[in-house]
Amino acid sequence: MTTFILRRLALAIPVLIGILVVTFFLARLIPGEPCTAIYGERATPALCDAFYARYDLDKPILQQFTSYAARVMQGDLGDSIRYSVPVTNLLVERLPLTIELAFFALIFAVTFGVPLGIIAAYKRNSAADALTMLVANIGVSMPVFWLGLMLAFIFGVILKDTPFALPPSGRLPAGYQPIPFYVAWGLAPDTASATPLMIFISRMYTLNAILTLNVELFVNSLRHLILPAVAVGTISMSIIARMTRSSVLETLNQDYVRTARAKGLNERSVVFRHAVRNALLPVVTIIGLNFGVLISGAVLTETIFGLAGVGRTLYDGITARDYQLVQGFTVVIAASFVLINLGVDILYGYLDPRIRLS
Amino acid sequence: MTSQTAKIELDKQTEVRLGGSLWRQAFRHFIRNRSAIAGMILIGFVVFMAGAAPLIAPYDPNLSMIGLPGHEGRLAGQAPCIHALGCPPEMAQHLMGLDLNGRDMFSRVVFGSRVSLVVGFASVFLSIIVGSLLGLVSGYSSFWTDNVIMRSMDVLLAFPSLILAIAIVTVLGPGLQNALIAIAIVNIPVYARLARAQVLSLREMDYVLAAQSLGDGNNRILFMHIMPNALTPLIVQGTLGIAGAVLEAAALSFIGLGAQPPTPEWGAILSEGRNYIFTSPHLVFFPGIAIMITVLGFNLVGDGLRDSLDPRLNKT
Repeated sequence: MTTFILRRLALAIPVLIGILVVTFFLARLIPGEPCTAIYGERATPALCDAFYARYDLDKPILQQFTSYAARVMQGDLGDSIRYSVPVTNLLVERLPLTIELAFFALIFAVTFGVPLGIIAAYKRNSAADALTMLVANIGVSMPVFWLGLMLAFIFGVILKDTPFALPPSGRLPAGYQPIPFYVAWGLAPDTASATPLMIFISRMYTLNAILTLNVELFVNSLRHLILPAVAVGTISMSIIARMTRSSVLETLNQDYVRTARAKGLNERSVVFRHAVRNALLPVVTIIGLNFGVLISGAVLTETIFGLAGVGRTLYDGITARDYQLVQGFTVVIAASFVLINLGVDILYGYLDPRIRLS
Repeated sequence: MTSQTAKIELDKQTEVRLGGSLWRQAFRHFIRNRSAIAGMILIGFVVFMAGAAPLIAPYDPNLSMIGLPGHEGRLAGQAPCIHALGCPPEMAQHLMGLDLNGRDMFSRVVFGSRVSLVVGFASVFLSIIVGSLLGLVSGYSSFWTDNVIMRSMDVLLAFPSLILAIAIVTVLGPGLQNALIAIAIVNIPVYARLARAQVLSLREMDYVLAAQSLGDGNNRILFMHIMPNALTPLIVQGTLGIAGAVLEAAALSFIGLGAQPPTPEWGAILSEGRNYIFTSPHLVFFPGIAIMITVLGFNLVGDGLRDSLDPRLNKT
């Protein structure tokens, strides 16, 4: 297992370096002088001199790259032009919401996708199978942003005065200020004296609510996340349902399933203990690969639901031509994508010995 | 009858029973697949809409209705008016209502099919050309060339596709053409990997060895013998790729990086109406349905092609 992990790690390193190269050169490809490209009309000679000195832009290109790579490794992603704060601080503030959104979207996708796939496979060629696959096909064909807007309209307008109404925008009710767990626990008196990690954790409001045992905050923050999570998770749910269906179909035809039936096990045991358990292995990989889908979904959905997460910030960065922010966020998102896939690979190798021994 | 002729006779019979070539079998399998046929109908519908757009659309997609007969009062975001459904006859008929500039939504949606289909086909065409060339070269060259190409592809795949497309368009500048290029670049690795895998399995085939022993050069073997046989999975992936490209183009236009106003592009139309969803939902509803129908069509056909062209799947 150790060799397997080391081998996978070694494969991930060139990709991570490649990400640095791509983001570095993308930033260099922006037309015009870097300083004016980044600061626009605000570029003054003094500001530009400071900018060139800070990012070593007066040095040879190779040295520029090594100093860029070194800065990124140390967590310095430059300063956002729009917000006038380090990009890293923005990430600490905004990433937690996107992680929460992706987490609940994934929960939604797995909770509905896996059972739908199992039912479709078990009742192959029945009406239930056809209906499930129709839903799955429509699910992957819908634009995330359209689904988000329609959900906001249905649950925020049509069902407004019914018990099914859900808030169509925002993270918490207006004026609601949650008490961070570090204040409740007496770890830090206020945000200014809290560590970035504390701020990061407290910004995941559902987790903060659990840590401070605040039921009201938990319910409120969860209600605000339901619509965006469903919008973001629908594509993943459809992919998972299709993958589970074909995977279960394949295992249902295996000899050991026939053996299990032949030795007189009841059907539930055959399906769940023998077929589904083995069929879910490839589904693990699909769940990992869906991180990209979830992040793309978050970029498109957060703007619709007025959520200040990574996606919304990236969107604002693009419209404001805040290149430092776009570059910084892109590096972090791509690196997390690689690391999550690495984690999934290792998990898969752990679950399926054939993979790590091949 | 000698055993040789008997064998030929038997082969002929088998061929008749199986219905001829692999292609014909695949075609039969395809037309028996109901969802693939449904997909073909959807694509046919969208292609017809794009081709006959000037005949179908009652108005110019960029023409504002302000001041035209039958148009009075506040026109921005006016709800659909269909005479058969009780809309007063003195008001002009607009099947999908008017947009915020008083333009006919139906005409805009109909003309939008042209933009989406062009972006979908063109970007996939570009990705397939570049991707399969890289894949073919990679699969047929030395260790180092292969590694350099494929590791670069790994790096491109390391980015979530929309994020990479956003980064590329941010650099190139917003616009439909740049969005098309970005979508093409983002999808290159998929075709490169696929083409390479094909080359690796095909280059061990007997007919390639035969060509080599006849003294054919590398280029001839690659482009005359390997490429035609490696096309099938590329076509399947390409069909599914069009669905993805249409979605990505709409997403880029939605965030303002793709088609610019007043181009009638579905994502852009949706983006214009997004802030009015609570008062004029038709501004968002119809372009979204159009995107969904197109993407669904290509997805269903792509799945159908894969099922009928992959003999391994046919057996199950």
